[in-house]
Amino acid sequence: MALMLKNAHLVDPQIGLDEVADILIRDGKIVEVGHNLTMEKGEERDLTGKIITPGLVDLHVHFRDPGQEQKEDIASGTRAAAHGGFTAVCTMPNTSPVVDDAVAVEYVKARAAAVGKCRVIVSGACSKDLKGEVLSDMGDMYLHGAPVFTDDGHGIQDAGMMRRVMDYAKQFDTVIMAHCQDDSLVGDGQVNEGVASTRLGMVGWPAEGEELEIARDIALCRLTGCPLHIQHITTKRGLDLVAAAKAEGLPVTCEVTPHHMFLTEDDITAEYQTALKVNPPLRTAEDAAALIEGLKNGVIDAIVTDHAPHTDWEKDREFELAPFGMTGLETSLSLVLTHLVRAGVIDYGRMVQAMAVAPREILRQEPVKLEAGSTADLTVIDPEAEWTVEVGDFYSKANNSGFIGAKLTGRATDTYVGGYATMQDGVVVDGGTI
Amino acid sequence: MSDANNVKSICMDANDIERAVTRMAHQILEANKGAEDIALVGIVTRGDLLAKMLACKIEEIEGVKVPLGKLDISFYRDDFATHFAPEVHSTDIPFSIDGKTVVLVDDVLYTGRTIRAALDALMDIGRPAAVELAVLVDRGHRELPIRADFVGKNVPSSSSENVRLFLEEVDGISAVEILDIEPGQRAGASPLGTKEGE
Amino acid sequence: MAFDHKHLIDITEYSADDIMTILETAKTFKQVNERRIKKVPTLKGFTVVNMFNEPSTRTRSSFEIAEKRLSADSLNFGGSSTATVKGESLVDTVKTLCSYKIDCIVVRDRWAGVPRKIADVSGVSVIDAGDGKHQHPTQALLDLYSIWEEKGDLNGLHVGVVGDISHSRVCGSLIPALKIMGCEVTVIAPPTLLPARPDILGADHVTSNLDEALPELDVVYMLRIQRERFEGAPYPNLREYNLLYGLTQERDRLMKPDATICHPGPINRGVELDSFMADHPKRSIILDQVYAGVLVRMAALYLLLGGSNDGIDA
Repeated sequence: MALMLKNAHLVDPQIGLDEVADILIRDGKIVEVGHNLTMEKGEERDLTGKIITPGLVDLHVHFRDPGQEQKEDIASGTRAAAHGGFTAVCTMPNTSPVVDDAVAVEYVKARAAAVGKCRVIVSGACSKDLKGEVLSDMGDMYLHGAPVFTDDGHGIQDAGMMRRVMDYAKQFDTVIMAHCQDDSLVGDGQVNEGVASTRLGMVGWPAEGEELEIARDIALCRLTGCPLHIQHITTKRGLDLVAAAKAEGLPVTCEVTPHHMFLTEDDITAEYQTALKVNPPLRTAEDAAALIEGLKNGVIDAIVTDHAPHTDWEKDREFELAPFGMTGLETSLSLVLTHLVRAGVIDYGRMVQAMAVAPREILRQEPVKLEAGSTADLTVIDPEAEWTVEVGDFYSKANNSGFIGAKLTGRATDTYVGGYATMQDGVVVDGGTI
Repeated sequence: MSDANNVKSICMDANDIERAVTRMAHQILEANKGAEDIALVGIVTRGDLLAKMLACKIEEIEGVKVPLGKLDISFYRDDFATHFAPEVHSTDIPFSIDGKTVVLVDDVLYTGRTIRAALDALMDIGRPAAVELAVLVDRGHRELPIRADFVGKNVPSSSSENVRLFLEEVDGISAVEILDIEPGQRAGASPLGTKEGE
Repeated sequence: MAFDHKHLIDITEYSADDIMTILETAKTFKQVNERRIKKVPTLKGFTVVNMFNEPSTRTRSSFEIAEKRLSADSLNFGGSSTATVKGESLVDTVKTLCSYKIDCIVVRDRWAGVPRKIADVSGVSVIDAGDGKHQHPTQALLDLYSIWEEKGDLNGLHVGVVGDISHSRVCGSLIPALKIMGCEVTVIAPPTLLPARPDILGADHVTSNLDEALPELDVVYMLRIQRERFEGAPYPNLREYNLLYGLTQERDRLMKPDATICHPGPINRGVELDSFMADHPKRSIILDQVYAGVLVRMAALYLLLGGSNDGIDA
């Protein structure tokens, strides 16, 4: 069946596309892009005033499935993704059990195929049970479709072990994604060390606890030659390390979350908002400004959400006892549109690069381009839609967003995966398979 | 606060007050057959000043310095829960009241609630042989079974009025005035020095 | 006097006038505490819950005495039998307590920010009796009271705070409170026991040299060293701590003749203070601080539960 998307503004920096045109889709692929297209029969949608981009990809989400389905599961997580305009996500392996063998990879893939509303790319753990001691079944997982590996959550503490992981991984076309956290420095850290930790009377999480591991992993990248992706970077000096590595020609990439760009340690007030308790912690305003600059100048490759759902009752408690993390899939695009694109910091092309193009490259996925022959994974954006982030609007099971109450402009209205709508006019489409 | 607008009448001037205090001092001495075993305890913030005047007068008449104390009843008020935490002044009774005849002194006797609180406060401080009550003005409207033993002047008043004592020592002028209660204002004494602050 | 606070949670929300109101009110309670019947009926009918989710003997007993002397009904809740231990959330515990129709919660908790959370959930007056490593405002107030009584005026005093600043909730309230009252504050500690940003608390000077700082100080506030902690200890041993940071008899000659010694208790004799200094008849006001605890807690309860004064003193 054919689908015609007419009159939208198409943005694809990969092919230099930035104009109003029509897209004709058949059998899950784009068959033609041009002006005044016609078709014999099929569904036609007039998307005048909207923007179409290659489908957005979030390469860092936690769907808690298997094991903690009260927080989120693959059905609710992928629905949240579709609602946020994402056509694909990469799930982190810190589930229960951990995704550290092929069986676990197949479980996530099977659930995603059965109930998913977006493509689910499974990342495997680097070490067995995320303990940082023994190599996981990386090769077997790779053969079963896990393209990338990470010990997201704590990172690998022992440098020798990290070297072994990277040495071993480089036989595959993969990337080791690194959660940079030196536990001996971070300890029981709750918030950024400095003003926030002093003001709030809690154990600080020094920036150096992150930067030290970024420096270490870059050194190991140099030593092993294994591609390295720094996850959720948060500090100016960490960014400088990545910039230097890139200048040196090392295969290093990095990602940033909206919350580290748009929130700071100063937002955590005497109210001790547990929604703002994240790992790594919210940093200083200076760091946040540096991250935005890094996104603008390309040192940062990708925007990710680190979507980390938790139940209300887990978050509604003492700050030091509440779990780390906030959701992000359903606010990420709108935050970027509001604070960066509309604000004139970056253009749509840069946004597409950071939210669609680079994530596919890092995940070793086929590119999606707005041209004939490409897979029809598309995100339709209403750039003028004004809305307020409210708890009741989430498709995620969780409400632990740090942006409740934020007034945003611009959001995804339609999401297409393989030519099928997973969201239409702002509503996630039920039934059908993608 | 009193300002010229809502003063309805001046029912005692400085001379009237002086005469009333003198008469009350005589009455207290007569009723107690002298100054022996008497102690004066004034209720802050006007009663204590009156008590001091009475003590001076008694000394003039009898040549005896009677023990003089002041009592703050903030912690004993019955309207703490419904109104506010009143500013606390200090209680200072530098002698034992055990076995003494304590003459409680206040400026204006009205509902009787202040005296009730003062009696409770006194009982927590010691065990007087007897307690007597001296007030400069009795304006009626009692809500409790309390009466004064020594009264400077009976001043019939309406509950929409305030009867207030001002003393030269703290207010710059001595007088008892009848005033209209303004909306939102409570009946009672005015803060020290309000006359000067006008 | 316009005291319109409902909670005593964050000392930085209090002005110098607010603090003076508390101190002056505390002073009036001396008269009550020094007579035979040490009780007034002011809070008759009020129910105060002492929710101590962490062991505490001194602070809890001080609050309990203050409540009883004001005639409040007090309920001690917590300790090892806390509902939290049984898996109930803090929020549910507080809601349960509120169903008893209470008027005030005095809370001590291991975790920072809990008093504010309780205030939000309960709607009743909340007094922070120490939350995590964050604040302990009544301790700061009793310290201010003791220093005020001793020195006559707080403004312009140079106060040195010595010891474990980083793990001290006392400092979280005391240092800002001293600044509010116009004191100059020097923080003296091994670098391993300093918070990341002592200046955020209000410290004017930070040093690790006690001997250099001592001659300048009007008040020397010695903090308790947590001798329980040894793994990853921030100093090699108690002997060395005493050598560098202990207020020993030898250091007496470095102090101003009229310098005062404070300590929040309980004292580790021979560690942060030796007996000569702890019991120094001219300098030590450590026992006055304990008494002041009852006075300022009575004052705080009186002012917080009484609501605002409408300006008429009847």
